[in-house]
Amino acid sequence: MRGRCLNMVHKLAKADERIVFLGSDLGFGTLKQFREELPERFIMEGINEAHAIGMAAGLAFDGRIVYVNTIATFLTRRSFEQVALDLCLHKANVRLIGNGGGMVYAPLGSTHLAIEDIAIMRALPNMAIVAVADAEEMERLMPQTVDWQGPLYIRLAKGYDPIVSDPAIPFVLGKGMEISRGKDVLIVATGVTLGPAKEAAKLLAETGVSCGILHMHTIKPFDTELFLDMAQSPDGGVKAVISVEEHTILGGLGSAVAEILAETPFARQPRFKRLGIPDVFPDKYGTQNQLMARYGIDTKTIVSTAQALLA
Amino acid sequence: MRQTVCVDTQPGGLTPLDARGKKLRQDVVDIFEHSRRGHVGSTFSLMEIVLVLYDDILRIDPKNPADPKRDRFILSKGHGCLALYVVLADKGFFPADELCRFCAYDGILGGHPEAGKVPGVEASTGALGHGLSIGVGMAVSARMDRRDSRVFVAMGDGEINEGSVWEAALSAGNRGLDNLVAIVDYNKQQSYDTTFEVQNLEPLADKWRAFGFAVREVDGHDLCALRAAFGGSPIEPGKPTCIICHTVKGKGYAPAENNLSWHHKSKFTDEDMAGLYAAFSTEKEGA
Repeated sequence: MRGRCLNMVHKLAKADERIVFLGSDLGFGTLKQFREELPERFIMEGINEAHAIGMAAGLAFDGRIVYVNTIATFLTRRSFEQVALDLCLHKANVRLIGNGGGMVYAPLGSTHLAIEDIAIMRALPNMAIVAVADAEEMERLMPQTVDWQGPLYIRLAKGYDPIVSDPAIPFVLGKGMEISRGKDVLIVATGVTLGPAKEAAKLLAETGVSCGILHMHTIKPFDTELFLDMAQSPDGGVKAVISVEEHTILGGLGSAVAEILAETPFARQPRFKRLGIPDVFPDKYGTQNQLMARYGIDTKTIVSTAQALLA
Repeated sequence: MRQTVCVDTQPGGLTPLDARGKKLRQDVVDIFEHSRRGHVGSTFSLMEIVLVLYDDILRIDPKNPADPKRDRFILSKGHGCLALYVVLADKGFFPADELCRFCAYDGILGGHPEAGKVPGVEASTGALGHGLSIGVGMAVSARMDRRDSRVFVAMGDGEINEGSVWEAALSAGNRGLDNLVAIVDYNKQQSYDTTFEVQNLEPLADKWRAFGFAVREVDGHDLCALRAAFGGSPIEPGKPTCIICHTVKGKGYAPAENNLSWHHKSKFTDEDMAGLYAAFSTEKEGA
């Protein structure tokens, strides 16, 4: 997904001279061809994320569209004030591409896990957040990022993730994506959790449970209209809503869903459960999938949660 | 109190204020009369730096403030904004009657300057340590366009305690941005105490040199010296410039000069106001 994303930046930059790439001490050879073909618009800064964000803002104030890439935690934790003020306050056209969203860097430990990046970015006015499901969806996203107004945080998954997106469903940045409608349960997913959401819906269908799936690739702005439409129809609405995200349950997708559920009168209030990382720093290493399983961000837990909520 | 640097101004200031410096300080005092608050010390230490830039150096047109070919000025020490506001009003970027609505609910002039609200303000500043990075981005952008725009960034001495300033300095030096001028308003005081006591910056010029800048030190209230320093930038082709301006905090109003309690005032008394008006009156000179 990362390779596809960065290659798209190169492709878009060839067609649009406003586009600049700014990395922060990325891996050797990253975007080598971009550097060779468009050397003036390829900038590699050092390990100085706060400065890199401010510098990107200065470029953007001149009408450029700047794609900044480094590890997600350093874009969100390390340079928070620069993101808030230099980018969000100025509505700067800077796109932050965060490597390793969620628990991709499981073996590296908590210093490198971006498990609260969505919550951090969600709190900032003017910031938009997007997490696509796979590399193919990334290709559909990237052309739409060019003329997006204001800053945008693009959360990258591990790479080589299974392709679970459906090219037949139009991808619209800033909107939710209706995968399917169901009358019993609505599963709201984002990023790579679309995969387990789809698998869970299939398994539940085999047991007679009808699930709808909402792929909320754009977490902010949140497509409240589509969410409520899917939650409230047909026949008085679903009986249960489950959010599933590779992120802390505080402040991310699940919180966005909870806020809307809490403030919306329903004829029959659906039961609700957030699946995600509890309020902890993960205490294990291993692989991303092992940590996902540890915190119940998987097909099995979605199925059992749906069954428990419907019981 | 340690004093580890020789400066070419002394408390009280050796350099007398000229009529324009007095008039602009009067405008600031008029603002205080309405707002009864503001960063006094920083505004007055910065005044000559800003007025020389706008009078003599910056290629800008108040009627076309977004001209891509313009020079850029970023007031990174946003708390010195009153010096900028009175100069921008004087230059016609916005009507002067806006000044009396400083910090008012529906005014455009906040306690820190915001781009998009105030015509002529290039970047919203106030949180310290942001301006030089933004300036690096602007300088790189000008280079990409092969524009001869120059970028001036004014920072406070306390501000450059921030690590992000030195991240930006490292980048500017390594990139050889000779269209970038870092200005340090070195009044030797920060909020709690002198810069020597809180976080000593010396040897300051050597630090900037070590980061790849060509450095010049001037009396920050001497208009001729400032004109020569800013106008002579870049000092060395292929290097960014740093102008260290030795200034007096609160310059021109004796009770505020080098007086830590005048860094910021949130409530001016009538007595304060009378003193401030008297200090910058030009009546005796027949002006």
